[in-house]
Amino acid sequence: MTWIWTNAPALPVVLLLPAAIIIPLAALIDRRLARALALAASLAAVALGILNLVRVLADGPVRYFMGGWPPPIGIEYVLDPLSAFVILVVNAIGFLVLLHAGTPVARELPEAGQQVPYYAVAVLMLCGFNGIVVTGDFFNLYVWLEISSLSLYGLIAVGGRKAPVAAFRYLILGTIGACFYLLGLGFLFTMTGTLNMADLKAILPAVSAEPAVAVGLGLIVAGMGLKMALFPLHGWLPDAYTYAPSASSALIAPLGTKVGAYVLIRILFFVFGVGAAAKAFPLTTVVGWLAAGGILYGSVMAMAQRELKRMLAYSSIAQVGYIGLGIGLANPLGLIGAILHVMNHAAMKGLLFLVAGNFRTVLGHSDIARLDGSARRRMPWTTAAFAVGALSMIGIPPLAGFFSKWYLALGAVARKQWVFLAVILVSSLLNAVYFFRVLERVYLVKPDAEEDAPRTEVTASMRIPVLILAAALVLLGVLNAAIVKGVLAKVAAAALF
Amino acid sequence: MGTTFASPLPLLAVAVSLAAVPAILLSAKNRNLREFWTLAASLAKFAVVLSLLPAVLDGRLAETRLFELAPGVRLALKADAAGVFFALVASGLWILTSVYNIGYMRGLRERKQTRYYASFAVCLSSTVGVAFAANLLTFVLFYEILTVATYPLVVHKESAEAIRAGRKYLAYTLSAGVLLIAATAMIWLTAGRLEFVPGGFLSGSSLSAGTLKALFLLLLGGVGVKASIMPLHGWLPTAMVAPTPVSALLHAVAVVKSGVFGVVRVTGFVFGPRLMADMEFDTLLAGFAAATILTASLLAFREDNLKRRLAYSTVGHLSYIVLGMALVAPAAAAGSLLHLAFHATLKITLFFCAGAIYVNLHKDKVSELDGVGRIMPWTMAAFTLGAIGLAGIPPLNGFVSKWSLGLGALQAGRPTALALLVLSGILNAGYFFPIVRRAFFKKGAFPPGAREAAPTMVAPLVVTAGLSLALGLYPDLFFRFYRLASAVAASVFGGPGP
Repeated sequence: MTWIWTNAPALPVVLLLPAAIIIPLAALIDRRLARALALAASLAAVALGILNLVRVLADGPVRYFMGGWPPPIGIEYVLDPLSAFVILVVNAIGFLVLLHAGTPVARELPEAGQQVPYYAVAVLMLCGFNGIVVTGDFFNLYVWLEISSLSLYGLIAVGGRKAPVAAFRYLILGTIGACFYLLGLGFLFTMTGTLNMADLKAILPAVSAEPAVAVGLGLIVAGMGLKMALFPLHGWLPDAYTYAPSASSALIAPLGTKVGAYVLIRILFFVFGVGAAAKAFPLTTVVGWLAAGGILYGSVMAMAQRELKRMLAYSSIAQVGYIGLGIGLANPLGLIGAILHVMNHAAMKGLLFLVAGNFRTVLGHSDIARLDGSARRRMPWTTAAFAVGALSMIGIPPLAGFFSKWYLALGAVARKQWVFLAVILVSSLLNAVYFFRVLERVYLVKPDAEEDAPRTEVTASMRIPVLILAAALVLLGVLNAAIVKGVLAKVAAAALF
Repeated sequence: MGTTFASPLPLLAVAVSLAAVPAILLSAKNRNLREFWTLAASLAKFAVVLSLLPAVLDGRLAETRLFELAPGVRLALKADAAGVFFALVASGLWILTSVYNIGYMRGLRERKQTRYYASFAVCLSSTVGVAFAANLLTFVLFYEILTVATYPLVVHKESAEAIRAGRKYLAYTLSAGVLLIAATAMIWLTAGRLEFVPGGFLSGSSLSAGTLKALFLLLLGGVGVKASIMPLHGWLPTAMVAPTPVSALLHAVAVVKSGVFGVVRVTGFVFGPRLMADMEFDTLLAGFAAATILTASLLAFREDNLKRRLAYSTVGHLSYIVLGMALVAPAAAAGSLLHLAFHATLKITLFFCAGAIYVNLHKDKVSELDGVGRIMPWTMAAFTLGAIGLAGIPPLNGFVSKWSLGLGALQAGRPTALALLVLSGILNAGYFFPIVRRAFFKKGAFPPGAREAAPTMVAPLVVTAGLSLALGLYPDLFFRFYRLASAVAASVFGGPGP
């Protein structure tokens, strides 16, 4: 057991990477092994995530040298409250979505040649996300970024007829984003001579006045802004989320953009700092204003959509804006709000995309205009969970979504950023508009065929994750003070303000 | 102010109706069992609230402090005099409404009754939560839940009109919620506290005049929508599309009274009388209230639909309560609270009557009510009492609260407010008494066999009318409303306790 304890920071990655490779091989023996292995691997990653978080909170940050080689020669993995927290969120949501994926994958990817790779690639993507979050080395981060991105393109491309085009578009833009990141990293490397985050943090203050550093940082922020779909770099997102298979979009939507946001937070708040050095080059302010624009743009566009997944996709652009806004506030409360929203939005969007998947499985479509009371009658649990998710998105206390807004609002007040405060609050109302539009249809519109539709609630494997997430929204809301005080306050205390 | 002691009772008062929700949902198939849960919960809730009364009268306040809702702010419920006062009104009238509901919903063979009763129970939980909330964030929590839980009741008919009304309702109330949240966040960061304190907690803080003004306007906007202060009243007449018991309990008692109760909290427990007077918020608020009273009374004349006429009357009477708080005088504050309770018994009577007429004779227009009094004597007698009470004529309880408000107006040195109250009484008589005259003194055509409505509907409205009369003769009867209201006024104005 001590072996697990000492190597725990690297174990999620070390576990998931081979799993992704073994899955196709095991499937040669029995196809059902693919899903079982994927579930087992991601469940183990959740367990490790809990272990790591508990440990970090008890003992403080853990630095782990890959292969025993200390930096600058070796690659360092760092578990601090931020990375441990985000990893747990990523793995928990990933597990729940994979648990749900059985039926949608079998239905939407009917060919056996697609099902097995789905699980393999999904696990590979989770592995990439874990690597991005845990690594303490910027180049290693790039490697994990590419691994997760390539998996992402694959997961999207297996969808319907329009999916390959959407995936290709995302591939082009995603690659540009990654190039920006790499280019920016080159600038930083030439100025500092290191790629290790801790070293960079120590050296940067000495050279922070150099234009090359500013350019490098700007490029990195632009690249990551593209990955997290920060307005106006969001162009790839709606098509990719809409045309991807349900099982893929439910996996990508809650997690994909969050990882980009994590990198942004890591660089701006933990390596570069938003204090004195940022005065000359107010990157966070730019991010904040773009995010505010994205919140309004995404919400308005979401109102105009006719298809549930597409509506949720635009809503994601708006929600990513919340995180960007928290970054833009550049104060502890804003940062807490941003990170809390990483978790809350992952849970909410995961839930809502899973519900969209359930609609598609049972009703055969997720067109808002064609939804009616029969959806509720056939799937009372799924629609109830959708209602909880929608209310949380609107920000009704005590659901999780309210508290993201609470901390962001506090951050905006502390900074006297009244425009940001107004944007946060108005977006609640815009959320209400597009979510109640769906709720009205599901709960109040009488079905055309008056005969009693049979109650064909989805299978347990599709219902349980949805219900767990709905319950989680209540719990995360009620327990937010514990999370904030126990974890996020430590994160904010370690950040460079 | 009194001492506080830890007690689970305030939480129990909130939770008991919430606990009934699963029971209601699970017994959807057996409607008698389902309605039993509602009645049991309403009786239990009232009993719990009533058990808090003796302690409050002694000046001892029961408090439940739960986990932290956000760092530094607990979910806390405190049964102070004002809270117990409001909770008594809401939970007591819920019992009668539950009985009435059974007659009404079964009489009309309404669909989706399970959802209806479940939503009602959630609404009452959040209303008592609003009453007992010990700080602003807890208040916001229950206030928002109340908003959402009322929505299914507003759209209950599921007609296009109901859905439109639901949208309008949400647009108004959710916007208000957002203003409240903004104000709460600002107060928490600038003043560093959110706990309600009799006499206000902002007066000692070093906030600038501009910040105070912004906070007052935000809070006023937040509570003003449910309190139907014009021009924020638009949702209320539209929401009359809901079934009549909803209009009766929620749109005359629970929801709108949560709004005016919010006004009481904001003026008496957040800003406090001194700050109100120093910053001239009193004049501002009184102006809005006076305009609302006059305009609503005049608009009520125009409405032929009985429920809409009652809705405008409600808008006007809610502003009596707002006016009372705006006068910043002890007697006016006591009058405000008294009117919160007494308007509730009177208006619920009138709504019950309107619903009974609708279920029994399918009439909902004032112009169709000729001769109804002969067919439904009990109902229309109760209606008459309600109308007399709302016009503020003794010996009904409406006179008592208005008297106190009038005294307050003189205490505050604002005789115009007194004149306004008298004028509004005349206008009330003007739009209510013709209904009574039609019902009793004109001849109408009715199908043979038309008679009084079902006992489950008539009994509650006779009880509320009788209660209104009894409280008019002896305001301290049973529930000690008068003593409670005086205690609240005394605590807010720093006078001697009860």
